[in-house]
Amino acid sequence: MADGTPNPAAEKPATPHGAILAPGYSFTTLTDKLASIALSRRTPRAWFFGAAVGFLLTMVLLGTITAIVFRGVGLFGVNVPVGWGFDILNFVWWIGIGHAGTLISAILLLLRQPWRNSINRFAEAMTIFAVSCAGLYPLLHTGRPWMDYWLLPYPNSMGMWPNFRSPLVWDVFAVSTYATVSLLFWYVGMIPDLATLRDRAKKLWAKLLYGMLAMGWRGSARHWQRYETASLLLAGLATPLVISVHTVVSFDFAAGIVPGWHATIFPPYFVAGAIYAGFAMVLTLAIPLRKIYGLEDFITLKHLDNMAKITLATSLIVAYGYGVEAFMAYYSGNVYERYMIWNRMNGPYHYMYWALIFCNVIAPQVLWFRKVRRNIPALFCMAMIVNVGMWLERYVIIVVSLSRDFLPSSWGMYHGTRFDWSMFLGTIGLFIALLFLFIRVLPMISIFEMRAILPEAKVREEEA
Amino acid sequence: MSGPIYGLMAEFEDPTALVEATRRAREEGFTKLDAYSPYPIEALTEALDIHDRKLPAVVLGGGILGGRAGFALCYWCSVIEYPLNVGGKPFNSVPAFIVPTFETTILFAAFAAVLGMLGLNGLPMPYHPVFNAPRFALASRDRFFLCIEAKDPKFDHDDTWAFLTKLGPRVVMDVEE
Repeated sequence: MADGTPNPAAEKPATPHGAILAPGYSFTTLTDKLASIALSRRTPRAWFFGAAVGFLLTMVLLGTITAIVFRGVGLFGVNVPVGWGFDILNFVWWIGIGHAGTLISAILLLLRQPWRNSINRFAEAMTIFAVSCAGLYPLLHTGRPWMDYWLLPYPNSMGMWPNFRSPLVWDVFAVSTYATVSLLFWYVGMIPDLATLRDRAKKLWAKLLYGMLAMGWRGSARHWQRYETASLLLAGLATPLVISVHTVVSFDFAAGIVPGWHATIFPPYFVAGAIYAGFAMVLTLAIPLRKIYGLEDFITLKHLDNMAKITLATSLIVAYGYGVEAFMAYYSGNVYERYMIWNRMNGPYHYMYWALIFCNVIAPQVLWFRKVRRNIPALFCMAMIVNVGMWLERYVIIVVSLSRDFLPSSWGMYHGTRFDWSMFLGTIGLFIALLFLFIRVLPMISIFEMRAILPEAKVREEEA
Repeated sequence: MSGPIYGLMAEFEDPTALVEATRRAREEGFTKLDAYSPYPIEALTEALDIHDRKLPAVVLGGGILGGRAGFALCYWCSVIEYPLNVGGKPFNSVPAFIVPTFETTILFAAFAAVLGMLGLNGLPMPYHPVFNAPRFALASRDRFFLCIEAKDPKFDHDDTWAFLTKLGPRVVMDVEE
């Protein structure tokens, strides 16, 4: 604790097993410690390193986008027969990652899981940044990104309107609604904490900035009552929304006739995969963050353990999805469907398929063991394996299915070009850059929700 | 005291004391009062007898409007303004329109929830007299405040001051207008 904030951890026993908050905190120490991250604390060296990496890769992204806009979408490796390559697979990958944020903030709120209180804020931030990265792909993939507003229904001189029967138009509605609602939910969740930062800030610019963002929040009981109602209602709205988003994304495929896409299992299988990928990403971020900022008291082993359990459970659902895909191909008796699964396992991309099975089906089984779930390096490695596994899954679904469809004469191979890779690296950079900016200036742990789970927050009924 | 006052504010150290004080103030007959806390306290809502059910109605209204607007958009574009035969599907393809309709329902309801909450709470409000109370900045950190407003019919500066002092606060202070 080089920053001089009071650290109750110094004179108290270690966090008990299964606790979601280390003992010894009061409203005062908790508030000061969490608010100091954005306000007064010296920025850790790791932050500068992370922000620099994010910034450099964002420059790579800008360079790639410039090249795509000037030279055209042909710089991506897509062509007949593989018309959807990295761009769509990265779109699905990023959107999926976002889903864990909404799950943590909305579904776990409805289920009254107080352990979500310390991880919901940055998980929601992760959602918004992941959706921002995802959105870039289809917008550039249209080939004429300066005409992307044609996707929206608006009166125009051509007298044309979008075809609302197309899953691609549904996607526009689903993803833009998802981005908007996530942003609203995130901002509303931050208002009381912004008020805390406003009241704790010493610098004028910080007072002004947080003061404007907090909109004059004063913690009135009447306000809190409406605020809590609004949070619950938003959670209730975000829950079906998050399920719908990846369902609609899966419709992009399921509504097509390509073998490997045309399957009714897709919506639930995609949603489970999204949650699976998202929790892995939350772990990927939470593990370094709690270390860099010394947040082990708030993001405890219990949190990591719970997230690992959800990852395991969703990996089983995803594994079931792979099983059903293979079984339905066999059971349909359709030669193209059967060939599709044979091609995945034995075709030119078979290494992708088996790597995917390893990453998403075999490797997560280690999470059955408590020792692994509570071993931080092991858990971090596991989360990285899942991140890779889910990327491979989309590769197998999109590229491998398209590369060999019905007519052998139209088969072809696809490999990402350097622009595909630089775009992918660039969006990772944008994600990191946004995340590090967020950590620096906004409260990354929900302070008021953490106060509410302190033991002293309980009103003692017999006295009151 | 320099100017007109907004009310009197008592500062408490823990939530139980605030809930207890709020209850006693209500029993005493005060009606224009508000409690301030650094996190939501359910018992406080009961103690203040807050029965505000407007927000859920606003959100329901937003959802219904959004659903109707979404379907109307699909219908108007696909049936009236720009009927396009796509693979022989009917112009009014209700199952396909469910998705945009659903999304606009959620979108409008979410906006209604956020704007409704802010609007009913009177936010954004750049200035409010309670911020004049010298220690009120702690309401977003670790302290609990009860404010009895001067417009309360029972309000009398000295009597109310004496009453608040009886509740065992840390300090009682004037809130200037």
